[in-house]
Amino acid sequence: MKTYMSISLSCVFFFALIILSCVPPAMAQDKQAPKDSLVITLNMDAVYNRPFLQSGKSPIAIGGYVEVNSDYAVTDGITEGLSFHMQRLTLFMSSTIKQRIKFLTEIEFEDGTEEINIEFAALDFELHPLLVIRGGIIMIPIGAFNQNHDGPKWEFVERPLSATTIIPSTWSNVGFGLHGKSYQGDWVWGYEAYLTNGFDDTIIDNEHGKTWLPATKKNPSRFEESFNGTPMSTLKTAIRHRKIGEIGLSWMGVVYNKFKDDGIIVDDKRRVDVVVVDYNKTIKQKLYITGEWAWTFIDVPDTYSQQYGRRQTGGYTDVVFTFLKKRMLGWDNARLNASVRGEYVDYNMDEFNETGSKIHDEVWGINTSLSFRPSLQTVIRVNYGYYWETDLLGNPPSKTARIQFGFSSYF
Amino acid sequence: MARLIQNLNVLLILTTLSGMLSCNFIAPGPIAENETLDGPIEGLTLEQNALFVAGDEAFSATFTSKTGLGPTFVATSCGSCHTADGKGHPFTTLVRFGQADTTGNIFLTRGGPQLQNRAIPGHTPEQIPDGATSAKFTPPAVTGLGFLAALTDEQILANADPNDSDGDGISGRPNYIDPPDFFQPQWFHQPRAGKIIGRFGKKAAAVSLLHQTVNAYNEDMGITSDFRMEDPINYAVANQSTDMVADPEVSAAVVQNVVFYIRTLKVPVRRNERNPEVIRGQQFFSELKCVACHLPEWKTPESDIGVLSYQTFYPYTDLLLHDMGESLDDGYTEGIALTSEWRTPPLWGLGLSKDAQGGEYFLLHDGRAGSIEEAILFHGGEADKSRQLFTQLTNEEKEALIRFLESL
Repeated sequence: MKTYMSISLSCVFFFALIILSCVPPAMAQDKQAPKDSLVITLNMDAVYNRPFLQSGKSPIAIGGYVEVNSDYAVTDGITEGLSFHMQRLTLFMSSTIKQRIKFLTEIEFEDGTEEINIEFAALDFELHPLLVIRGGIIMIPIGAFNQNHDGPKWEFVERPLSATTIIPSTWSNVGFGLHGKSYQGDWVWGYEAYLTNGFDDTIIDNEHGKTWLPATKKNPSRFEESFNGTPMSTLKTAIRHRKIGEIGLSWMGVVYNKFKDDGIIVDDKRRVDVVVVDYNKTIKQKLYITGEWAWTFIDVPDTYSQQYGRRQTGGYTDVVFTFLKKRMLGWDNARLNASVRGEYVDYNMDEFNETGSKIHDEVWGINTSLSFRPSLQTVIRVNYGYYWETDLLGNPPSKTARIQFGFSSYF
Repeated sequence: MARLIQNLNVLLILTTLSGMLSCNFIAPGPIAENETLDGPIEGLTLEQNALFVAGDEAFSATFTSKTGLGPTFVATSCGSCHTADGKGHPFTTLVRFGQADTTGNIFLTRGGPQLQNRAIPGHTPEQIPDGATSAKFTPPAVTGLGFLAALTDEQILANADPNDSDGDGISGRPNYIDPPDFFQPQWFHQPRAGKIIGRFGKKAAAVSLLHQTVNAYNEDMGITSDFRMEDPINYAVANQSTDMVADPEVSAAVVQNVVFYIRTLKVPVRRNERNPEVIRGQQFFSELKCVACHLPEWKTPESDIGVLSYQTFYPYTDLLLHDMGESLDDGYTEGIALTSEWRTPPLWGLGLSKDAQGGEYFLLHDGRAGSIEEAILFHGGEADKSRQLFTQLTNEEKEALIRFLESL
């Protein structure tokens, strides 16, 4: 078993090594990679800040990205072997219908065709830069990752744990709201405010056996009607200075359970609220730091199982260092990046009623990455991560090592 | 020069990463066999291995309201009570109520014998009815149970001494239980007036692992099966089940897979058994007559599962009921056991209990003992002499005895 594990790990890495270490003279003439935008943008702009192609006089611009990777993980000496994963194929379409009226949609095929989701399909009416009305399927502006999740932008195959299990990225829902921005010198300030459909009671009644906000995404009718007729409110504000960086604060909250059926009260109203702080900063175009931290508060009935936590927290920080930027393999301004991600999630911050001791159910992780970017739109990356997962009771953690190799690119 | 340094940087990083990935140290190694309770008996056939895996998955599966959980329940999965197949935690400790003597449970029509102290959202948990006595039961480890299930009634009865004929103060006796309708006696059962010797549970009230598993699905999780089709009823709400999921919520096949899984879990593997202090502690264990109830060695007869046949194993139990005195008498019982009588619990795997109980000991039937020493000091009744002898040991001798127990 050990020999097999070593061979498999070596094969994956060897494949990555060949690609990453070959730096021969130019093989092809390519156009200069797009320059970084001079306009100050916020995370909330990510949905439009993507490469689109427009053909002739067609009003439609299209784009998309693809993510594919290989995965080899070992948990306490046990592995399921090497597998390949068609993680995502995402298509964007946008159109400026008339001056200050825009439409954009993002359709995602996840895990082949296992999940097909409309992640964004909204119309923007700009009355003023500070007052844009948005309606449709909206990517909820909670934290930064949810809106800025495109694979090619990240040095890691795996999305941050807190962004996918505490915040259920990619988290979209249907509704209406407002957003806007204001520029002042090197500063930009933005806000978003929406009313949308919200969560359902699967967040505390699911096969994961823990409070699990992503469970609500399996509800196929969430784009059709609210689970309980109570709209979810989301507020986000963010401020950025060209040199200092960006910080954002966001909140979403809603009653998540069905408290009324056929006009008859069948349960108490119970809320879920999520607060997130996000931040990012670029230093001399060489060092990029980004991260977010989330806190979740869920009203779980006292008489239900304590394994469903009333409070959760989690976050991550990515540090990306560009240690080589030059013409490589014929690509101008190609980059080699070394990155590290530290992350933590605590799915249950409560204490046992019976003993008063802490409920654990937490994961620590550290992930490293070596990535090659022929352009800003494409990344070839190899990741190695190590995770410690502690169960509810706080027994010795299970340990998982994972190596992943993958491509992701806008097209 | 700068370019050379840059290239060296690349080479250094790639070489380091390559080195890390080529070596085993970057991947966590397997947990030593004697440090975990989990895992199958060695020597299962490929087909039996597949059954074991299917049972393991069912054992770990979490139920939800849509898959039949509750509406009143104690735990959401088998695995949440028996984490890593080990002993349970106060979080999933059961409460059983309604039987105060050997005449039977008079609260069966009011929700007995088990309290479902939790409920899915929108439902109300059960309450202990006025006038009912109760006891708490901490979930036991489930490893090695296939070996105990394989023993014959004759073997168990050979150690019984209900009238203390030998005058040693130990009078173990079996608990005779009315078996459920689905129970099919095997060649090794010796029914008495239609009753069967109970082997499993704190009061030995379950006659087989199938009986225990069906009850656990039903009374712990509120899950119906082909063997038991009615959900627990919360009589404080209505005189009927309020579950809205079609029955059975799990099939007979799923239950049988779980039974197979439990039957084929390995026995706990000892640690430090050659340590001189452990060997000395083992001598004290014999000298204090602990072995009179915690019978060390057994041998299985022929079994339908080949690897369970003719195996010598060391569970440290006689599977009989013993009077444990007033301090462990909670006023509740099952079958023909007295309220002060408890089935001798197996001691194998005791040293690994903490790794399943969150780093602390919760010992005895209800987890009241926070250490092995405390558990010993709670012994009374038939075990009172042994307890007194224990108190006369020096601290070093006590430590040796505890080291032995932790090696099991």
